Amino acid sequence: MLTVENINVYYGNIHAIKDVSFRVKKGEIVTLIGANGAGKSTILNTVSGLLRSRTGSITFLDEAVDHVAPHLLVAKGLAQVPEGRRVFLQMTVEENLEMGAFTRPKSEVDAGLQDVYSRFERLKERRKQVAGTLSGGEQQMLAMGRALMSKPQLLMLDEPSMGLAPLLVEQIFEIIRELHQAGTTILLVEQNAQMALSVADRAYVLETGRVALEGSAQEMLNNDQVKKAYLGA
Amino acid sequence: MMTFIYQLINGLQVGSIYALVALGYSMVYGIIMLLNFAHGDVIMIGAYTIWISITAMGLHPVLAVLMAVVICTLLGMFIEKVAYTPLRKSPRISLLITAIGVSMLLQNLAQIVFGANAQTIPSIVTAPNITVGSMQVSVTAVITIVVSILSMLGLTFLVQKTKMGKAMRAVSEDTEAAQLMGIHVNHTISFTFAIGSALAGIGAALYCCAYPQATPTMGSMLGLKAFVAAVLGGIGSIPGAMIGGFVIGIAEALVKAAGLSVWADGVVFAILIVVLLFKPTGLLGRTMNEKV
Repeated sequence: MLTVENINVYYGNIHAIKDVSFRVKKGEIVTLIGANGAGKSTILNTVSGLLRSRTGSITFLDEAVDHVAPHLLVAKGLAQVPEGRRVFLQMTVEENLEMGAFTRPKSEVDAGLQDVYSRFERLKERRKQVAGTLSGGEQQMLAMGRALMSKPQLLMLDEPSMGLAPLLVEQIFEIIRELHQAGTTILLVEQNAQMALSVADRAYVLETGRVALEGSAQEMLNNDQVKKAYLGA
Repeated sequence: MMTFIYQLINGLQVGSIYALVALGYSMVYGIIMLLNFAHGDVIMIGAYTIWISITAMGLHPVLAVLMAVVICTLLGMFIEKVAYTPLRKSPRISLLITAIGVSMLLQNLAQIVFGANAQTIPSIVTAPNITVGSMQVSVTAVITIVVSILSMLGLTFLVQKTKMGKAMRAVSEDTEAAQLMGIHVNHTISFTFAIGSALAGIGAALYCCAYPQATPTMGSMLGLKAFVAAVLGGIGSIPGAMIGGFVIGIAEALVKAAGLSVWADGVVFAILIVVLLFKPTGLLGRTMNEKV
C-alpha cells in the first residue's frame, strides 16, 4: 500500500532522515519506534507531503506521490493524525469532524459523523462544545475521529499516547486494535515502544534518522537490543 | 439632546464604514498574520471606479457600486497572488514591508492616472431625508447602516455555516493541520482576500456617500482608522472588528459634537495607544500562544 524508498530529508543543513526505506502492506499495523529526535514525525510529515525528500521515492496505492500536495493526498486516501493532536481548538467538535470530511461529498458527511459518534460516544455528547474545552484524551479521540472522516485507506498516527494518563493510553490502543480489526491499515509512530509493539504486526526501529532494525513485532519484543534501549528490561 | 442623537447617527454611519474596512484587516491578519496596509488603497481604487463608472461611462449608481465591488475583489486577489504569495515562507516583516510598498504603489499609480486633485463623485443616493417626529434623518445614513449590518450578517453566516467559511477558520487556526484535512490552503487564503476586498468595495461606496470625492491618498487615513478599529476589537476577531468600527465612529462623532473637531483624529489614535498599553489583545482578541 505504501512503499518508501531511500528518502533523505533535511531541515536546512541538518540531515534529519538518512536513506530510510520501509513499506506498509494492506491491512497491517506497522510501527516506527525510536527515541525523541530519531526522525519518526519527520518521516510521517514527508509521507503526507508537508516535507519533501531530496532523494528516493514514495509510492502510495501504486502511484508515485513524492510531489503531490498534502491536500490532494487526503483525497487519495491518506490521513494523518498529527503529533500533539492539533485539533481546531476554537471550532466545535462537530465542525472539527466536518473538516476531516473536507474532501468527501456532502452526502457522506452525515454517515461519517454517525460512524465516528458510535465509536466515540464522548464526542457525541460534546458535539456542540468547542474543542478547546475537551480533555487531552478527548482531543486525541477527536483527532482520530477527524482523520477517520476522510475514509482513509491508510491512517497514520503520530504519537497518539503523548501526554495521556496510562488508562487513556490503554483506551486509545484499544481503539487502534478495533480499527485494525475493521480492516484499516495503520502506520503508527510511537515512543511508547511496549504499547506500539503490542498492537503492531511489524516494526522499524529508528536511530538518529536511520532504520537500525526491522522485523515482526514479536521479533522486536524478543530482541535484546530493543529490550535494553526501549522496553526498559 | 437633539445634537447628541444626530451625532450618534453620524457616528453609526461612519462607524459602520470603519467596521466594514476593519473586517478586511482582521480577516487577512487572522489567516496569514499580515497587516495588509494596502487595504485602504483598495478602497481608494473602489472610489475611483465609482467615479469613472458614473461620470465617464454613464452607468447607473447601483451598477457603479457593483462595479466597484467587483474591481476591489479582483484587485485584492491580484495583490495577494502577485505580492504576498511569493513571500508565504518569508519572515513576517518582509510581508509587512511589501504591504506598505503595495500601498505606495497604488497611491502613486492613482496620482499618475487620475491626477492629484480631488475628483467629485456624483451623489449615489438621491432621496429626501426621512422625518422621524421632529428629526430629519438622512437616507444616506440609514442606507449605510443597513447595508453594513446586512454585509456583516452575511459574512457571519459565511464564516460560521459554510464549508468555505469553516475552512477559513481552520486555516487561520492551524495551517498545517488544515492541509492534512485536505483543505487547499492557497485557495482559502485567496478566498479570504476576495471577501475582505469585496467588503472594501462596499465600504468604498458607502464612504463616497458620506464624503463624495476621490483622492489618491483617501485610503490611508480611512485605512489607518479601520486598523485602529480592528486592533481595538482584537485583531483577527470578526465580531471584534465590527464592535471596534462602531466604537471608533461614535467616539469620533462625539468629539466633533463637543466642538473639538480638530481633535477627532487625535482621539482615534489616543484610543489605539490606550488599547496597546492596557489590553494589547483588544476587546475580543485571543491571547496568542506563540509556539516555541
